[in-house]
Amino acid sequence: MKYACQRLLLSATAVVASGMVVVPAVAQKSAADGIAEYRKMLEDGNPADLFEAKGEDLWKTPRGPKKATLQACDLGLGPGVVKGAWVQLPRWFADTGKVQDVESRLVTCMATLQGFNAAELINTPFGKGEMNNITALATWVAAESRGKRFALPQDHAEEKRFYELGKRAFFFRGGPMDFSCASCHGEDGKRIRLQDLPNLTKNPGDGVGFAAWPAYRVSNGQMWSMQLRLNDCYRQQRFPYPGFASDLTVALGVYMGVNAKGAESIAPSIKR
Amino acid sequence: MADPMRIRAQAAGDKATVRVLMSHEMETGQRKDSAGKVIPAWFIQEVSATHNGKNVLNAQWGPSISKNPFLQFVVKGAKAGDKIAVTWIDNKGDKRTDEATVS
Repeated sequence: MKYACQRLLLSATAVVASGMVVVPAVAQKSAADGIAEYRKMLEDGNPADLFEAKGEDLWKTPRGPKKATLQACDLGLGPGVVKGAWVQLPRWFADTGKVQDVESRLVTCMATLQGFNAAELINTPFGKGEMNNITALATWVAAESRGKRFALPQDHAEEKRFYELGKRAFFFRGGPMDFSCASCHGEDGKRIRLQDLPNLTKNPGDGVGFAAWPAYRVSNGQMWSMQLRLNDCYRQQRFPYPGFASDLTVALGVYMGVNAKGAESIAPSIKR
Repeated sequence: MADPMRIRAQAAGDKATVRVLMSHEMETGQRKDSAGKVIPAWFIQEVSATHNGKNVLNAQWGPSISKNPFLQFVVKGAKAGDKIAVTWIDNKGDKRTDEATVS
């Protein structure tokens, strides 16, 4: 306040001295501060909690043709270990011989343990039927690693290959607008309208970018998983639908996850 | 069957702050689906809360309340260990009651 007064005095003297109109600098809240404040206010009643509770329940409930629970599901740290699994995904799995993210891994578990048809699950649109359950499960799995720091393994050759694939996809330009992920997320300080965009070619910081999803979107009242987030990025670039749990989306997950090494996960978070 | 609510109640001094998160679609009846058909209205109409069985809050809600609503209120005289129960009834007659203990 004192500083602002001094500035006012200074600019007043400037007016006298030069006869020019000087507009005093007003300490103004930036749009980013406003959004951060909005999120802070909503955080207390984040509806993601509801999806988290639903996911936890789904994990323990016997379901599917085999009437089994998911409690034997291996998310990378051993069967049934959920705590800390999220910050090490996507990773390579020996049983499927593939690099998988949390959602494609959940599909595998639902198919092998519960007897669901994997192809049917993958082709279910977002927000419909079983896809809602996968989103809720992913939300809960992420929430179990809240506060932990990203440390994706890069030991297996496939994991390294997926990182390179993801990098290539990230910078791949195409579509009617000749966009790539890097057009918006390749450097600091970019934004869409008032929304600041994270630079995903490096660690964008704790709870930003890869470390902020899954998240609840207040504007449409939907819970968004990373898969939906990525698929929507491609929709905005006017690319063809890459497909749920496709190698492309998983590779991008590896790229962003490895880049975010050391970032604290705040998922499930709340978004405007 | 509706999904459970999340209720948190925290005592501070001679009152307790209750925070409720309800899981509900809250469809207004104004929106249309991709086929152009109106999505029927489906929203919470009545909300009530009890403190140790005694009614402390009654509310009439309408379609302007958001999806997955959040409700916060203060109960005078509530202390740790007391029971707070919240009930909602929607326009289809579906209802849900959940209870929490003040901490």
